[in-house]
Amino acid sequence: MADTATATPQVKEPLFGKKERKLITDPLNDNNPITVQVLGICSALAVTTQVYPSVVMSIAVVFVCAFSNLTTSLVRNHIPKQIRMIVQLVIIATLVTIVELVLKAFSYPVYKQLSVFIGLIITNCIIMGRLEAFALANKPWRSFLDGIGNGLGYGAILILVAVIREITGKGAIGGFAIFPQSFYDAGYFNNNLMVLPASALLVIGVLIWIQRSMYPKLVDVS
Amino acid sequence: MSTRYVVTFTLIMTFISAFILAGLFYATAPMAKKGEEVFNKRAILAAVGDYLPNPLSEMSDEEVLSLFEKNIEQVSLDMDGEKLTDITAVKIDLAQERKKPEADRQLPFFKYKGDGKTFYIMSMRGKGLWDDIWGNIAVESDLNTIAGASFDHKGETPGLGAEIKDSPKFSYNFIGKTLYDSNGNYDPVKVAKGAAKPNTNSVDGISGATITGDGVGDMVWVWLKFYEPYLNKLKSETKMGMK
Repeated sequence: MADTATATPQVKEPLFGKKERKLITDPLNDNNPITVQVLGICSALAVTTQVYPSVVMSIAVVFVCAFSNLTTSLVRNHIPKQIRMIVQLVIIATLVTIVELVLKAFSYPVYKQLSVFIGLIITNCIIMGRLEAFALANKPWRSFLDGIGNGLGYGAILILVAVIREITGKGAIGGFAIFPQSFYDAGYFNNNLMVLPASALLVIGVLIWIQRSMYPKLVDVS
Repeated sequence: MSTRYVVTFTLIMTFISAFILAGLFYATAPMAKKGEEVFNKRAILAAVGDYLPNPLSEMSDEEVLSLFEKNIEQVSLDMDGEKLTDITAVKIDLAQERKKPEADRQLPFFKYKGDGKTFYIMSMRGKGLWDDIWGNIAVESDLNTIAGASFDHKGETPGLGAEIKDSPKFSYNFIGKTLYDSNGNYDPVKVAKGAAKPNTNSVDGISGATITGDGVGDMVWVWLKFYEPYLNKLKSETKMGMK
């Protein structure tokens, strides 16, 4: 993608200029919605017992976040500010329903497995937060990128937590057992605590700790 | 901004949103319906999973539908074990049946024939920890020994209650268990708390999911009992046939 961006003649706002790239990379680490802004924790606790649902959830959130940002940004100058929040909710709810319908049509078993969680994307604070903080004040393309970036930042943590919890809690990744039976015969136990929501909080807490000790600038000194 | 603008904006926005969703709903409805049909038929076939010509997970949707069409005979029953003619068994929605008074319920019953063997599959639906759970249990032609089982749920906790579906071990343990004790009294397979004692008519429970396990046990007890009148009829029919 970088090739095509450099090949096209430079216009006023490049498609993938430095600022645009930053919109995607920033939420992955420096401004991660989960570990730095501590948003979207609720769903991060709920779906991360297994890797597979987490991946589907991440894809769904990237989609909803990107397109709700785009849509809001397109109509941002026409939204009456008295009903700003309601308009955003309608946009998010519409997109979430689209995800649900598409999933139902193309992958019914996944829809069955995730239907509760997909509906809960509507209440994901990250999405509403990005609409309020970014899309209402920025142009469509940048808002779109910001949405993708934040969705990916959320998804990265989600999948990381899910990998840790599935390995420790169920001895598997994506449903495939990774410890041979001899481990269990020798007295190894899957830690059942790790499949409970409370342990997700623990894992996220430890991730935040690790991240802040690696990047001291993230530490809140106030 | 004037009230008029706000109202107009809201109306237009609602209209667009409703239009998109309604359109998409109708466009995807046939596919969703087929997906659901395949999903349900897979669940029924899963109860006899060990006896299918190919493993269920390797079969395409079309293969599932044709296998179901070819090898399964559907019977709809009322609570007295009488056959109903006005509804096919796959159309019976147990979620709806559970809301009816017990005497008015309709029961789906499936007879699977393949490789010279016959199995009878019974469906059930009950309550887990958070929401509904359901399943299918297949018995061998003695109408007593369980040949296989499959379970599913609406919203049990992943990794805990959801293991009734996700862990192959849970349903595998049902195989060989019975509906009646050695004296012929109704005493169907139970779900133990923790590991089941050897040589008892119970299966291992899931640690951390006692309530879901109890739900499965209760559901099995209640629903297999519903089928008893018809099972007795089948039994007397085979006895007559033998004479």
